[in-house]
Amino acid sequence: MTPVYWGLLAEIVLAGAAAAFAFLPGERARSRLAGGTCAALGAAGVVTGVLAMTGGAGGLEIAVAVPVEPLRFAPDPLGGLFIVLASSVGLLISLAGAVSVHGAAASRTAWLALPLFLVGMQLVPAAADAPSFLLVWEAMALGSTILLLAGHTASRRVSSATVWYAVMSQLSFLLIVAGFAVLSAAAGGTSFAALSSVSPTSAPAAVAVVLLVLGFGSKAGLVPLHVWLPRAHPEAPSHVSAAMSAAMVKMGVYGILVVVVRLVPGGPDWWGILLLVLGGVSAVYGILQASIASDLKVLLAYSTTENVGLIVLAIGASVLLSAHGVDAAAGCALVAALLLAVSHAVFKVTLFLAAGSVLHATGERNLDRLGGLGRRMPWTAAAFGIAALGAAALPISSGFVAEWMLLQSLVHGTRVDGVPVSVTVSIAMPLVVAVVALTAGLGVLTFVKAYGIGFLARPRSAAVAEAHESPVLVRVVLVIAAAGVVLLGLVPGPLATAVASVLPGGPEAVVATAGLLGVDLVAFDAILDPVALVLLAGVLATLVVAATVQAAWRHPQRIDASVWGGGGLRAQPRMQYTATSFAEPVVRVFDDVLQPARDVEVTHAGESRYLVNRVTFSQSVTDLVERGLYRPVLRVVDRFGVLARRIQNGSIHLYLTYSFIAIIVVLVVATL
Amino acid sequence: MNLVTVIVTLVQVILFAALAPLLVGVMRQVRARLEGRAGAGVWQPWRDLRKLLGKEPVRARGSSWMLRAGPLVLVLSSLVLAALLPLVTTVAERLVTGDLFVVVSVLLIGAVALALVGLDAGTAFGGMGSSRHMTVLALVEPTLLLAIYALSIPTGSSDIATIVEARLEDPSIIVSPVGLLAMAALVIAVVAETGRLPVDNPSTHLELTMIHEAMLLESSARDLAWLEFGSWLKLGALLGLVGNLLVPWGVATSTDALPVLVGAAAAGVKVLVLGALLAAGEVLLAKLRLFRVPELLAGSFVLAFLAVAVSAMVS
Repeated sequence: MTPVYWGLLAEIVLAGAAAAFAFLPGERARSRLAGGTCAALGAAGVVTGVLAMTGGAGGLEIAVAVPVEPLRFAPDPLGGLFIVLASSVGLLISLAGAVSVHGAAASRTAWLALPLFLVGMQLVPAAADAPSFLLVWEAMALGSTILLLAGHTASRRVSSATVWYAVMSQLSFLLIVAGFAVLSAAAGGTSFAALSSVSPTSAPAAVAVVLLVLGFGSKAGLVPLHVWLPRAHPEAPSHVSAAMSAAMVKMGVYGILVVVVRLVPGGPDWWGILLLVLGGVSAVYGILQASIASDLKVLLAYSTTENVGLIVLAIGASVLLSAHGVDAAAGCALVAALLLAVSHAVFKVTLFLAAGSVLHATGERNLDRLGGLGRRMPWTAAAFGIAALGAAALPISSGFVAEWMLLQSLVHGTRVDGVPVSVTVSIAMPLVVAVVALTAGLGVLTFVKAYGIGFLARPRSAAVAEAHESPVLVRVVLVIAAAGVVLLGLVPGPLATAVASVLPGGPEAVVATAGLLGVDLVAFDAILDPVALVLLAGVLATLVVAATVQAAWRHPQRIDASVWGGGGLRAQPRMQYTATSFAEPVVRVFDDVLQPARDVEVTHAGESRYLVNRVTFSQSVTDLVERGLYRPVLRVVDRFGVLARRIQNGSIHLYLTYSFIAIIVVLVVATL
Repeated sequence: MNLVTVIVTLVQVILFAALAPLLVGVMRQVRARLEGRAGAGVWQPWRDLRKLLGKEPVRARGSSWMLRAGPLVLVLSSLVLAALLPLVTTVAERLVTGDLFVVVSVLLIGAVALALVGLDAGTAFGGMGSSRHMTVLALVEPTLLLAIYALSIPTGSSDIATIVEARLEDPSIIVSPVGLLAMAALVIAVVAETGRLPVDNPSTHLELTMIHEAMLLESSARDLAWLEFGSWLKLGALLGLVGNLLVPWGVATSTDALPVLVGAAAAGVKVLVLGALLAAGEVLLAKLRLFRVPELLAGSFVLAFLAVAVSAMVS
């Protein structure tokens, strides 16, 4: 009966209560009560997670009717961190959802599915054996699938997205079951403690790791298993897409971490290379697709692939480095992976909720039709802007701290005491640094585009010019989440120490707090002190601001000019650069990877070849992976479906014949 | 952190703030003379700044606070850059450690502010400039970070002051093949980052070829003054960094008065000479087509990669 036990019990009870409130009549009461209880569920999860992180022992055992071992939930510190992560996201999105959902997203089914989804997500990191893990994993998948399906009557794309999502999550589930089965067979038990007895160099471990990494990678949205992400995130209700992107994909990351840190630590270096390749390709491909996306939520979905790619890349670097004995850099990379996960959760929940507010206010997700929202939705714009800083890994945000730590661990990874460790590492590290750098550069471009086109400039459509700010509680949630992005970036020292304490090695050898709550990477003598940086900038800013204020005092501004139109009065809002035109140079430079389809249609005025009446331009970029990998498979499956239709032509006579043959076969088999 | 280091940092910032317009004046004058023109004199940028600060800003209808705040952020990022880099002295206990990755991120903040200013008024030209600017920036990033990686290998630290000190003690690092490759890559990255030829033509008057200038079209008076000054200061600080990496002699290694004075004089001379060389080089170069720029950057990326891979393998 430890505190952790009560915490886990409270989570389950609160989830049940929220599910009961979902049956209330009246959309408003249902949303408020069920949403509030879901928020309480999140709060309970945060407390439980913190207890587990600080070494709280104990857990919950649920006896089941069938004669197998009881389900056991007993989070270790690493699990505790991910419980905190999932629960705080759940808390924020429940609060926002309680006041902002309408229509299908506020139906009984949707409110019934949300607690199932949230409690599943909060219990995944608490599971202490494979069957319990798989059970809550499926609860999470089921809950999210139902939530995704909420708006299926409004748009056909929703049902298509749900089919993709359901298939991919079941594929991932099958791979995970297979992976655990291989490990259990080798270990002779299903508890995580028993599974960790398998030697990392044995053949079953190798097979299991490949299966599990692919299974978890599919949930995490790694290329080439990411295809469900850019479909599911845009079509789900915004608070659900926030939870899916900020928390659910992290469960995939948690799975990979459990495998390489807890179950079979100390694997050979090819595991690291596998993870590096998967992560690196996902990071670059994800951000490239995000940088050219015009749909705000598709952009955020691909950015999720990018961020998860970076996290997996950091885990891979850690595995590779520790296989080559570079322990300091390996530990640092692992802490960087956890920081990246925490930071992504915080800024992505903000970005998705802000995008949800924009969608709600304007009915528009297409950046090409947005613009000027900073004036009409100042709170949303500010929150989106701050979270975009985090997503672009600029100081002073949590994203910057995480990426800085990753880069530090990479540049210090090739040598121990000035002697190169191996050729593999010497080639891999510069390539990885280049991948991280390109990802960071394109990330900055992507979020300058998202913020600059969406929130600055002038409105590009009528609906946007009429936009209104979101409800007060949503604004409060946005402000809290955005404050989290800045706060985590300002105090990296305590944050990194707390995060590092959940790892087996503990924080002592890796990070320490230095300066004004800054972080010190002890092994490399590298210090990052954002508070000092802010103070320095503040001192310098006083000079510039003083000069500006003095100038402004003497010469006030005049706001009545029209914009520069090359000498003519060309100031139509539709002449502005759009998201598509902003990304055009990127599309050109990465033409071979993106393979865009462009269509320019010129209509001439009358008979003249020289006078143009109108020009229509359209561009579409299809996912190359989907076209090259999934479509051929789907075509083959389709062909088999058509063949199968021949033996199932709807004639009752034929079916009676089949039954007759089946009985004969059974009789023959039985007599043998 | 003590009073002396604060003063030394201030000296460095004020020196470079004073030097930046002069540097641009010298570069324009060198260019003018080489092209057979008389030129406006080396103090013209200073006079321009004074003129702009004393004017009434005219802002477009529909523009937001970004048009006002963006220029300030750009100047601030350049000032922080001038404070972080070891331009005059390399003393270790400076206010904030000048980690190269932090330096790059401070540069990026300024670049992002400039790009957002370009988008703010909602014009075709501003958007065009900011789109091109961000694309070039994204492609420079791998080169820049790999060059930093290569520079950090001999010392095992990405702290820029430590790197400069190591070069001062052991000049063979500078002329080693690895060091030269890394410097070549870094110079190309700096040229792209500061928008000089052959990546961008700072003196163009045709909107369609502009990158940097297109983002400034909607700014006037003090907005424009800060944008120009911020960009000049960035150029000055980065040239100072390249100068101290190539020719580290003269930089102060303590905070005593005499070495700091010598360091300040040396930094000024290095920056002006490098600026004059850059301007002379620019006379001989034509601007690259925008879509040839990635090829240039890919080339410099290869140099940086070779530098890292080679230096990591030979101990």
